Amino acid sequence: MSAPALEVQDLVREYVLRVRRGRFRRQRRVVRAVDGLSLRVERGESVGFIGANGAGKSTTVKLLTGILVPTSGTVRTCGLDPAPNRRDLARRIGVVFGQRSQLWWDLPLAESFRLLAAIHGLPGARWRARRDELADRLDMDAFLGTPVRQLSLGQRMRGEVAAALLHSPELLLLDEPTIGLDVLSSERLRRFLRSEREAHGTTLLLTTHDMGDVQRLCDRVLVVDSGRLAYDGDLPGLARRVGARRVLVVDLREPVPPLHVPGADLVAVEAEGLRQRLAFDPTATTAAEVLAGVSRLAEVRDLSVEEPDVADVVRQLYASARR
Amino acid sequence: MAERRADLAAYRAVLASRARAQLTYRTSFAADVLANVGVGISELATVYVVFWRVDTLGGLDVWSACLVFALANLAFALADLLVGHVDELPRHVREGTLDAFLLRPLPLLGQLATSEVSLRRLGRAGVALAVLVVALPRAGVEPSAATLALLGGSVLGGTAVFCALFVAAGALQFWLLEGREAANSFTYGGANAAQHPASLYPGPLRWVFTYVVPASFVAYLPVLALTGRTGPAGLPSWLGWCTPLAAVPVWAAALLLWRAGVRRYTGAGS
Amino acid sequence: MPVTAYPALAAAGFRRYSAYRAATAAGALANTVFGAVKAAVLTGTVVAAGGSVAGYGVAQAATFAWLSQALLAPVSVFADDRLARRVRTGDVAVDLARPVDPQLAAWADDLGRAAFQLLPRGLPPLLVGALTTGLVLPPEPAGYLLGCASLVLGVSVSFALRWAVNLTAFWLIDVRGVLLLYTVCATVLTGLAVPVAWFPPWLAALAAATPFPSVLQAPADVFTGVVTGAAALRVVAVQTAWLVVVLAAGRLLLAAGSRRLVVQGG
Repeated sequence: MSAPALEVQDLVREYVLRVRRGRFRRQRRVVRAVDGLSLRVERGESVGFIGANGAGKSTTVKLLTGILVPTSGTVRTCGLDPAPNRRDLARRIGVVFGQRSQLWWDLPLAESFRLLAAIHGLPGARWRARRDELADRLDMDAFLGTPVRQLSLGQRMRGEVAAALLHSPELLLLDEPTIGLDVLSSERLRRFLRSEREAHGTTLLLTTHDMGDVQRLCDRVLVVDSGRLAYDGDLPGLARRVGARRVLVVDLREPVPPLHVPGADLVAVEAEGLRQRLAFDPTATTAAEVLAGVSRLAEVRDLSVEEPDVADVVRQLYASARR
Repeated sequence: MAERRADLAAYRAVLASRARAQLTYRTSFAADVLANVGVGISELATVYVVFWRVDTLGGLDVWSACLVFALANLAFALADLLVGHVDELPRHVREGTLDAFLLRPLPLLGQLATSEVSLRRLGRAGVALAVLVVALPRAGVEPSAATLALLGGSVLGGTAVFCALFVAAGALQFWLLEGREAANSFTYGGANAAQHPASLYPGPLRWVFTYVVPASFVAYLPVLALTGRTGPAGLPSWLGWCTPLAAVPVWAAALLLWRAGVRRYTGAGS
Repeated sequence: MPVTAYPALAAAGFRRYSAYRAATAAGALANTVFGAVKAAVLTGTVVAAGGSVAGYGVAQAATFAWLSQALLAPVSVFADDRLARRVRTGDVAVDLARPVDPQLAAWADDLGRAAFQLLPRGLPPLLVGALTTGLVLPPEPAGYLLGCASLVLGVSVSFALRWAVNLTAFWLIDVRGVLLLYTVCATVLTGLAVPVAWFPPWLAALAAATPFPSVLQAPADVFTGVVTGAAALRVVAVQTAWLVVVLAAGRLLLAAGSRRLVVQGG
């Protein structure tokens, strides 16, 4: 029971690409998707795994789950070498791919759960209780009888997450779980994942493009770039490291001259002064303080806070590392 | 042992669910079955036309030739019903369902084989079975325990041979990925070869269809044994009892090929 | 109407199919294996019948077996569902709105496809046939010329049939059954399974009442020299007549289908 949820040592995964050169000649090109990655995730942690497109996130998830075999290095997931122990591991982990479905397209959601219970060999009483709990907490009762192909994306994602949790895995891996979801649906999903972790101590690892996911769900962030670990720590630390700034966007009642507020920099004035954007360092001040500063100068009609973009953060991280 | 039993229960649950899904749309299912009856009948056309022109072909009279046709088609239709959809592997790779299979605690090939059951193939199997029942007494086959054992063995063995060919053809698509037609040259070609008397084939072709792709074992050799005929040189009729054995090496080859294909997919080999 | 569009469409059809190399090679292999089995069965029948069946000697029977497998892909005996899918998804409205005639455009595309498949799918079985059983070929150049004309007509009749059958998608939710039924009829009645001339009278009469023999049996007969001279010209005339009839039937179906499309608003 002492083994960490995930332990990765010098992980390398190469792909061989065959590039066409001319009409008939093809050239082999070796691409390293994961390049010497090492990390350790303890049981019960909740970790955000972020990085730009093509940074090696999905490949890493596939290596952690045994879909892919490492070129070199070691992986231990729940203490097991994933690929040779694929079936044992499958009983202990749950995986959600945001853009792929594990449900039966033409069957009602409830039928998919029944089949997954049979596949995992779950005793009837246990999986029914679990299904009812998940249906209740994910608010799925209304569409349990609907064929999966007729569900909205938000409904389907709730179904996917429930399907991955039906066998009560100790580790849940989510690859882009909120991609394409509207604000309300992703917030609901995050709330559920938090409560699931509190109730069952499930370890979470999620890859995402959305800093909101990381902010709401994770106590720890891993940033991967070009297949290597670029940062390992908490989110404020990451923001400090790159000086990532949040942006307060205010819509004003009347056009005003450019706003100058202590602790924030004006980055844009739009609609002739009706909308203004102020960037601030979240470790030095808060959105409330900046807003208070704005309110002293103009009447605010509406506002929003923009999180730093993951790709931006990663880019800045690398820029600062090279400096 | 307990695990094996749990696996079987899981496959059974999925198959029953797939079967129910197909039977939901009754008219469409009936039309599909009927169309497959048509396929069975059109396959019989060759035997019918040829024996309208001649009395014996390759040493067989019309009813014995019908038995060859029936055994070959029955085995092929059953195999197609059970595992024919393995040739949809490229779709599973494209849509990511193969990864979903890899994340479940069951063997990959078992999951793919049970991911569908093409009940409409019962149409073609039905035609073959009807021909078998009509032709058996007319070909002079006496009902006996030995006959029954021979028939059962060759239907089971023949189905196993074609199942293995489907699996091998499916495994090939880990490399080809657009090669459904390549797969079909294996399986449909084997089925086509199995439903004619192997005595017609020139030497090298007969050898290939006996010892490489054991199509002769599916129908022609069992019919020789059933009707008490002696085959051409190199094909003694006692071989007709060996159909289940003939399935063993094909299955071994198919499973090796499948394993190599999966290793290629997960990047473990090569 | 821009007449130059049609050769361009045919060239596009040619290029589209040239992209599937592995599939083409695999198809050629399948054709060759089927050809070998069929040559054995047909020549075995001729031998059992004492050397000749309905004008086919051993050499003609073998040639027919190889040639019908060589032409199977170019004349496309089996049905595809490309147009039916466009009808189901409503994309057919786009085809109707184009400044080219939809039937002629699809015909040009299909001739391009056939032209591409002729050599890679046709040569391997013919080559193996020539090396194993030997082939009989037309004795004079006129035979080749007439054979080519008959082949183009065969591809065209097959196209017109498949195009018309696909249009049933205007009325049917699922055309899979219809297409399979078409393939079943075509397998037997085009002569793909056994030469049409070998059929018992009732089946021969049935075949003659359909356009199917014009698809495969006609060009194969002309190329193998089973029919020559005036008889060959008559075969080509019958093909032409069927082509006109089936093309016209297709246009009627399209007109009725597109009226339905307009009435129901897609």
